[in-house]
Amino acid sequence: MRQRRLLEYGVFGIAAISFILFVGWWRVDGPGAPEPSDRHPLDFPAMEFRLTDHAGNAVGPEVLTGRATMVFFGFTFCPDVCPTTLSDISSWLEMMGEDSDQLNVIFITVDPERDTVDAMAEYVGYFDANIRGWTGTNEQIAVAADMFRVTYEKVPTDGEDYTMNHTASVFLFKADGQFSGAIDYHETRETAVPKIRRAMTEKEEVPQ
Amino acid sequence: MRMVLYQTLAALVIIIVFSAASVAGSDKVLIEDAWSRASIGTSRPGVAYMKIRNTGDVAVTLKGISTDVALKPQIHRTSTNNQGVSSMAQVGEIEIVPGETVTLEPGGLHAMLMGLQRIMKEGESFFMTLAFSDGGEVAVEIPILSIAARGPES
Repeated sequence: MRQRRLLEYGVFGIAAISFILFVGWWRVDGPGAPEPSDRHPLDFPAMEFRLTDHAGNAVGPEVLTGRATMVFFGFTFCPDVCPTTLSDISSWLEMMGEDSDQLNVIFITVDPERDTVDAMAEYVGYFDANIRGWTGTNEQIAVAADMFRVTYEKVPTDGEDYTMNHTASVFLFKADGQFSGAIDYHETRETAVPKIRRAMTEKEEVPQ
Repeated sequence: MRMVLYQTLAALVIIIVFSAASVAGSDKVLIEDAWSRASIGTSRPGVAYMKIRNTGDVAVTLKGISTDVALKPQIHRTSTNNQGVSSMAQVGEIEIVPGETVTLEPGGLHAMLMGLQRIMKEGESFFMTLAFSDGGEVAVEIPILSIAARGPES
């Protein structure tokens, strides 16, 4: 009788420990694990997507290799973050002077329904001339965003209007298309410009 | 009878006007460094930024904003989470304690001007009225800077 009780305790104990271990695994490595925050874009050679630039040309990741590249996602109906990011980038490019001509600067919309080719052309025209605007169909944008590990979501506001939540980081790639790093929203030009220069100079250090 | 009604109405109006004029708090609010960005057409929302300083000795609460350039002007807040995802949400009332300044600036709180009634042209300006919970209102003239402007001085 006493042995039986001991056995019961033992089984219960093992079950409890197993449960705790299982919960730990679930939350750290298993399906319950939080998305790692260091998810970063693929390298250009591993990407595959088709979009249209603001001049109406068909574009894809292959047009970006050969020069260092800066890519960010946004939408032109956003009054706060996107003009700020675009004018931040314009000021970085201005600070870099002629060197900035050796850089691809791509703004990809997460709101292709409103950001048509014409809308993108009109919008980027107000910022640094190096900035290119890329758009596409909903499906094409979804594919491209996935390649960059960018998330976005349509959020209804009053009435029929909507806004977009989206990843606001600026991604940097080396001339061979390898991901080099990200510039976070709110970063100052004192930290941003050296990151851009690093992405540009790594071209020589890493032969293609 | 009709006379009495008029007198009552007049008294009510006087009471309302007087109570609004006598409130302390929002008359000690100073608006500084107001600026906005030019808009592209009228289909996209506009934006305005400013510093709202409470120089008085009682807390004030900003209830809402109004302007003739937009049908639906609202205070919004942009926030960016640790995944780098930016989102925007309407902010309710904003309390400003004595001596405190609430700053509307790029990437944070901002006046979102939805339903633009006219193009916001660089070099022009418009008026906005801030309504406070004590019934007071503060009007501010907001200059319109370039669409690529980054602050009140650029």
